[in-house]
Amino acid sequence: MSTPTDFLLWVRGPGFDIALVIFIIGVIIRLLEVLVLGRKPDQAEPRGGELGPGLRTVVTRTLPETGSFKRAPFTVIGGYIWHIGFFISLFLFVPHIELINATLGLIWPGIPSNLVDAVAAVTIVTLIAMLFSRLSHPVKRYLSGPEDYLTWLVTFLPMLTGYLAYHRMIDPYPLVLGLHILSVELLMVVFPFTKLMHAFTFIIARWYNGAMAGRRGVQS
Amino acid sequence: MSGATLERGMNAFREQMNAPIASFFSSCVNCGMCAEACLFYTETDDPKYTPINKLEPFRRVWEQEYTIWGKVKSMLGLTKPVTDELLAEWEELIYDGCTLCGRCSMVCPVGNDISYMIRRAREGFVAAGYAPEGIKGASRRAITIGSPMGVKYPALAAQIKHVEADTGLTIPVDVEGADYMALLSSMEIMNFPEYLEALARIFKQAGVSWTISSKAFEATNSGIQIGSSDIARELVSRVVSEAEKLKVKYVISPECGHAYTAIRWEGPNLIGRPYNFKVVHILELLDELRATGRIKTEGTEDDRLTFHDPCQIVRKGGVLEQPRNLLEMVTSDYVDMTDSREMNWCCGGGGGVSANERAEELRIKVFKRKKSQLDELNVDTLVTACANCRLIIEEGLEEYRMEMPVVGLTEMIAEHLVEDKE
Ligand code: SF4
Ligand code: SF4
Repeated sequence: MSTPTDFLLWVRGPGFDIALVIFIIGVIIRLLEVLVLGRKPDQAEPRGGELGPGLRTVVTRTLPETGSFKRAPFTVIGGYIWHIGFFISLFLFVPHIELINATLGLIWPGIPSNLVDAVAAVTIVTLIAMLFSRLSHPVKRYLSGPEDYLTWLVTFLPMLTGYLAYHRMIDPYPLVLGLHILSVELLMVVFPFTKLMHAFTFIIARWYNGAMAGRRGVQS
Repeated sequence: MSGATLERGMNAFREQMNAPIASFFSSCVNCGMCAEACLFYTETDDPKYTPINKLEPFRRVWEQEYTIWGKVKSMLGLTKPVTDELLAEWEELIYDGCTLCGRCSMVCPVGNDISYMIRRAREGFVAAGYAPEGIKGASRRAITIGSPMGVKYPALAAQIKHVEADTGLTIPVDVEGADYMALLSSMEIMNFPEYLEALARIFKQAGVSWTISSKAFEATNSGIQIGSSDIARELVSRVVSEAEKLKVKYVISPECGHAYTAIRWEGPNLIGRPYNFKVVHILELLDELRATGRIKTEGTEDDRLTFHDPCQIVRKGGVLEQPRNLLEMVTSDYVDMTDSREMNWCCGGGGGVSANERAEELRIKVFKRKKSQLDELNVDTLVTACANCRLIIEEGLEEYRMEMPVVGLTEMIAEHLVEDKE
């Protein structure tokens, strides 16, 4: 790995494979860890169903409850912006789609690169603002530990390096592209061991919440 | 509660672990939104009252024993263990600082049912010996005397006599084969005997066949509040065996929030089987009697009034529209609070907090939430359907020098009954 090109080749090849394996196996283990615990059947006579209300909560929890939204608008709006921005950058940027097509054979239309660029810039700024909020808001600062800052960092780096690579702000290009891919690999490796797992487990959590409330006749 | 040790506490935590809890802990992103839904945070601005923070000891058990990564981390000495000191420090948060109202569970963006977790985490605390004296005392009295307030049957018998003298009606006791067996809370027997009178009058008009059991009349369940399934099971079993002995078709949960949670939702799980009878909340029954035309009322309250939704009956019990239907029948100027029904704010005294003298100052402080809800509406009267909420609200109003009568809904209905001409 003596030259930037060697570096790029490594992160694209073996590096990516290692990260992918850790990511997939890690996520499967983590999901199994949750699901194997199961829960005892509820003996109380239900007032309502579980499945419908559970699935509804999976969807409806995406929108904030009015009162708490008013109390913490920044957390909610900031959260929306960067999540959406992150997914647009990840899945609607044409080179990313081409990569996914080459590996998985799946293809969908992208959006113009300069649009993704603008979205990415907004996302980066929002992520920085979210970090400041985490450091300054009394509740978030109180709750946060090393893991919260680590997960912020590994989410932020792919956005930042992607931006730098797109604008060729670091020379030579293979170096910055390599760094971008490496940062994504870091994200993939850290993912299963941290609360980044919420990207999968939130579906289970919302479902249980909605199902348990639904049994009692309440839509949660 | 004798022989409580950290080891037992840890075992209790382990027994409570399940897929919902693991999915909740896995999903929390420390966004802090749950704090905004909890009156203990909004009224104190102290971040330690953030709902998910109340679960830190339980979270450690989950991380260190139920995730491979956590196991590795603890082997490397990278995690903090659950200790007596930790539980002692958190006892105040999980008991004094939570009424199990369930409001936080409605707002968490990843869907965590935090109050469900807190209810279960209390099992570990009590098994390890960390529970407030006040609730421990109430549980002890419930087990030995039969009521958390130490009310024995003779006290109820005296109330029954009074009501019978006042109304000229008979209150059926230990009648085998009645359709309904009514439960009461100690607080209703001691502080609000109007409830019993209301039942007698309404059931007379509606022709409901009912009874009270002299052996199992207490509806409240301190075991649920303290978080001890053993105690809770014992208390529920008393009601179940009496109801099955008297062969009733229904058991009526009184105007008491957590009694409903205990007997309706937790009870069958505690005894490990469904009941041979159904459980109805008094408001459900009244609304059914209304809908089928079995109770007739006349006149309306002309005061401007609102309804305080008891958390355990409404948000966690699913009895949402029944109180409104009933209120519509007897009021002319009814308004809902801004946050009502499943988003209503707790009075601050649920989940065992009212039995915990140590928590009083905090409880009065968080009552400011209810106070501001009421200030907004400019109402004359507050109606509710839980003896505990009622007492807590009365105390809170007094503390903040607000003059406002607090009325139980069942009584209000009884006051408007069309009197039989016989
Ligand atoms: S709202 Fe949910 S995700 Fe956010 S801190 Fe509370 S429990 Fe965690
Ligand atoms: S259940 Fe109620 S009191 Fe307890 S943490 Fe949640 S919002 Fe606060």
